[in-house]
Amino acid sequence: MIRVNNIDKSFNGNKVLDDISISFETGKTNLIIGRSGSGKTVLLKSIVGLHDIDNGEIWYEDVLFNKLDFNDKKEVRKQMGMLFQGSALFDSMTTEQNVRFPLDMFTSKSMEEKTELVNHCLKRVNIINANKLFPAELSGGMKKRVAIARAIALNPRYLFCDEPNSGLDPITAILIDELIKEITEEYSMTTIVNTHDMNSVMEIGEKIVFINEGVKCWEGSKDDILKSDCEILNDFVFANSLAKQLRSSLK
Amino acid sequence: MIKFLSLFGQYLILLKKVFSKPEKAPIYYRQTMREMVYLGLNSVGILAVISFFMGSAITLQTAYNTENPIYPSYLIGLGCRDSIILEFSSTISALILAGKVGSNIASEIGTMRITEQIDALEMMGVNSASYIILPKIIATLIFNPFLTLLSITVGIFGGGIAGTLSGVITMEDFIYGIQYAFVPYYITYSIIKTLFFAFIITSVSSFQGYYVNGGSLEVGRASTKAVVYSSVLILLFNVILTQLLLS
Repeated sequence: MIRVNNIDKSFNGNKVLDDISISFETGKTNLIIGRSGSGKTVLLKSIVGLHDIDNGEIWYEDVLFNKLDFNDKKEVRKQMGMLFQGSALFDSMTTEQNVRFPLDMFTSKSMEEKTELVNHCLKRVNIINANKLFPAELSGGMKKRVAIARAIALNPRYLFCDEPNSGLDPITAILIDELIKEITEEYSMTTIVNTHDMNSVMEIGEKIVFINEGVKCWEGSKDDILKSDCEILNDFVFANSLAKQLRSSLK
Repeated sequence: MIKFLSLFGQYLILLKKVFSKPEKAPIYYRQTMREMVYLGLNSVGILAVISFFMGSAITLQTAYNTENPIYPSYLIGLGCRDSIILEFSSTISALILAGKVGSNIASEIGTMRITEQIDALEMMGVNSASYIILPKIIATLIFNPFLTLLSITVGIFGGGIAGTLSGVITMEDFIYGIQYAFVPYYITYSIIKTLFFAFIITSVSSFQGYYVNGGSLEVGRASTKAVVYSSVLILLFNVILTQLLLS
């Protein structure tokens, strides 16, 4: 379980996160939703320690993560995998080298063992015959899947996904969502997904937190979200005309 | 002034991160070898061409400025040799490398920053500054002295060719001139300067790239800043080192 307690974060005096407290459950796909610029990415990057928070606490199980030094944080980070918005694959490395990188860095496995594990991870995300391709030669969906393969290479306890299906067509986006959900259950991970895509919310959202202008406005499940009386949330959820029509037909 | 001090402090903090203990030595070794090819070996061609023409121009200029019959013609070779060893092969080569290698480093690291590749490294628990920058610094510190020696050799060779082809000096006189009153310490001086310049080019350019914030426009700006700041620092340290090493 990951818990964040009363965290604040400002950039140049501009408050981006304001007194946010959430607990993310193990074995579930936890979603942080909100409009662009609402502070989702800052929140996620604060949770993983890429941004130092101004106030508050971040707990990984019983470890107070934000108070650890670089080396102790490193130990916790070895249990994390992250899928970045733009995939963040290393340009100078092939698909295989990208997935093997954390294994090279943090394990003493033989090359055969590493290659076997890399192939297993790539197969798990349905990437076949692309081991020698460079990121520039992959499609957007393939890049995301390779990034997921890299994120799960060290068998992490925590998976973080920042806008995993941004820039993807609806079908590929659903495939990525399903993959994240399957992997979360398979590896029994605590997964946190940042998204503003309502399809993702309805597909994989088990616990959902809505952030607006750096403030947590709502928390619940995907069943609750359609019945919420939170006005800002409703404006977000039923923003497009299709959703509005569905809502009026439900009424 | 406060901005300068703040930047300098940030630069020192980055260097502290860069020179911390590497996570896994074999990976850093592999990276260093890769950077030697990328930053060093790939610069051999351009440096050789520039050095050849630089040596040629120096020989011709020395010849036209020492046309007085009082001066023996072998002085053209001597002048060419000392100019190349003392100044051109270390300082001018460093300025050329600041343009080629410096902008390359800043844009590579800057792009890694804006595409979140540096964040990905940090997320994995890798010291990104050390992993990315340390191999570049080591590679240039090892390889750039060889580039300087190559530049000296090609420059003097170019001088000899230009001198004899234009008829301002015979090859025998030129060879006598480049051997006359040779001070081996000048080579040491040139190598010491090269080491300082290599460190300046790599660390300043890496610093510019590492702290890029924004998009492709900022990467371009960082690249330009890397070249400008490196060049100014090279010229400044050229003066300081000359005073310290030759006075």
